[in-house]
Amino acid sequence: MVDQNSNYALQTSEVYVHYGKKMAINNVALNFPKNEVTSLIGPSGCGKSTFLRCLNRMNDVIDICNVKGKFLLNGNVDIYSPDIQVETLREKVGMVFQKPNPFPKTIYENVAYGPKIHGIASSQNELDEIVKDSLHRAGLYEEVKDRMDDIATGLSGGQQQRLCIARAIAIRPEIILMDEPCSALDPIATAKIEDLINELRENYTIIIVTHSMSQASRVSSKTAFFHLGNLVEYGETGKIFTKPDKEQTNDYITGRFG
Amino acid sequence: MSSLEKRLAAEKRFKFYGMFAMTLSLFFVLILMYKIFSTGSGAFVRTTINADVYFDPNFIEVSSNSSKKEIMKASYVDLADQVINQNHPGLDEENFIKVREMYTRKFDYQLRDYIANNPNVIGKTVNLDISASSDLDQIVKGNYPRNVPEAQRKINDYQLSILDSLDSKGKMSKTFNFWFFTNGDSRDPETAGILGALMGSFYALLICFSFAFPIGLLASVYLEEFVKPGKITDIIEVNINNLAAVPSIVYGLLGLGMLIGVFGMPYQVPLVGGLVLGFMTLPTIIIASRASLRGVPPSIREGALAVGATKMQTVFHHVIPLSLPGTLTGTIIGMAQALGETAPLLLVGMVAFVMEIPGGAFDPATGLPSQIYLWSESAERGFLEKTSAGIMLLLSFLIIMNTVAVLVRRKLEVKW
Repeated sequence: MVDQNSNYALQTSEVYVHYGKKMAINNVALNFPKNEVTSLIGPSGCGKSTFLRCLNRMNDVIDICNVKGKFLLNGNVDIYSPDIQVETLREKVGMVFQKPNPFPKTIYENVAYGPKIHGIASSQNELDEIVKDSLHRAGLYEEVKDRMDDIATGLSGGQQQRLCIARAIAIRPEIILMDEPCSALDPIATAKIEDLINELRENYTIIIVTHSMSQASRVSSKTAFFHLGNLVEYGETGKIFTKPDKEQTNDYITGRFG
Repeated sequence: MSSLEKRLAAEKRFKFYGMFAMTLSLFFVLILMYKIFSTGSGAFVRTTINADVYFDPNFIEVSSNSSKKEIMKASYVDLADQVINQNHPGLDEENFIKVREMYTRKFDYQLRDYIANNPNVIGKTVNLDISASSDLDQIVKGNYPRNVPEAQRKINDYQLSILDSLDSKGKMSKTFNFWFFTNGDSRDPETAGILGALMGSFYALLICFSFAFPIGLLASVYLEEFVKPGKITDIIEVNINNLAAVPSIVYGLLGLGMLIGVFGMPYQVPLVGGLVLGFMTLPTIIIASRASLRGVPPSIREGALAVGATKMQTVFHHVIPLSLPGTLTGTIIGMAQALGETAPLLLVGMVAFVMEIPGGAFDPATGLPSQIYLWSESAERGFLEKTSAGIMLLLSFLIIMNTVAVLVRRKLEVKW
């Protein structure tokens, strides 16, 4: 049920998603507490990425995708209401994708793009400051400060992903969605991103989809387990990974299926 | 023979067939090139006759103080006749005509241009190389045989004897034929040039590009990025693909019927020719542009949308710049095709005899391929060289454009 006066950054209920006739999400209700990391886990095709993409309406791009349900941002903004501009929603709800997707432009332009189109900076100096600050927060500034005008696609995979995080936080979102952000990275780059998530949680609400259960237990305080479009179990990460209520969850986290 | 040996032998045979086909096609290309070059190279050389020219004020209507315009308007026919009398003293009327025929018919224009450039030459004697007539030129180059009966020759026995005496005095020489590159068309092969046709083609391609590129680019962006796929887009897609294969003469008919017939646009002008070539190039550009838009990874679109860019911003800030190399390559190749198209030009009248070099898209003009076609129909041997030289020029432009297309793609292509 939707709680009107909560500490939740995002509340969802009665969420149904269909791809054409095929059901992808079946009656999911899930709330995301402010400034905490929530991870969505589950086997491939369970609908966790689809659910994540509902939260900043990225599914709008897919013609056959049909989303129903209640989504409340900060307890009062219905993100699927016709009054809401999808662009302003995405300004508040940023996203980082599975495969690093920096624009094939300079490092500076990658980070400055969001603030530019939203008119966040009023001067060139302010824009420089935002770019610098975002790269700092993404833990990338020291590595790239001398080559801001290099093309971003020349960076390593891990650096590219942190650049994408910097790009997302440059528009000062409240929530950051991460869709398996480390699946294309090696363990060292993964560790860096995980450290970064731990730092970012102070200022942002983070929702992360991951295939790695160890990653979920390392970075998140809440975990939701999806299976076949259903939300099977949701709770404190510690509890889900030690004493899950449901048999299915237990089977998945112990590796008996999935 | 074992099965393996059979298979290996089949492979060897296949390789041999391939090499044979390659060699054969290369051989044909070489024959074509040899034929064009051996015939066309003559057009770049012109035979001249050295003569002392006394710019006799009695035969010149203007003085050294006259304005350039007056100099250009005056007649120099008498001066030209006088020069011939001076250099070939004692000719009777019949022989005078024969000697006059050995010099270019545009002798007087050559003198006029010399005076226009050096007005104070009047009253002085200058040693000049006067262009020979095309028939004499062909005899000197060996393209017309000398050892046939006089009746079958364009140059008669008297002219041949004059030629030989001039030659023995060292008066005959050859010079690089700048006129081919600086003149418009002419009835006389020795003064005919390609510049008029070149400029005609240039203006036509300019119109073609400014018409077809923006429309093609926007159409493909709309079809690829904005419109929802469905029955109507399927029909449009099939039609665009079909239009790319429609014979060019059909587009020529469209230009004749619609642009000239209905809209009342003028005949013979590069504007109409360029628009028709534009119609023809449009499907090529749309197909190339759509393919290269499809080549931009969806992750780039998602990245831009996720930071709150609108659809339009996503497309114009990220997708189009990334697809541009492919679009430009397609456009240049389409334009190269348009440059060589003859049929549409024939139908919109860009195949007439035009002496003036067009100064814009609204002046009557021919195009490179239609000029080649015109020359190929002329009876004089001198135009045969021009035809081949024109083809050489056309081929060089096609090679240049295709090389540019390859370079553009290599230079601007983004590696993922």
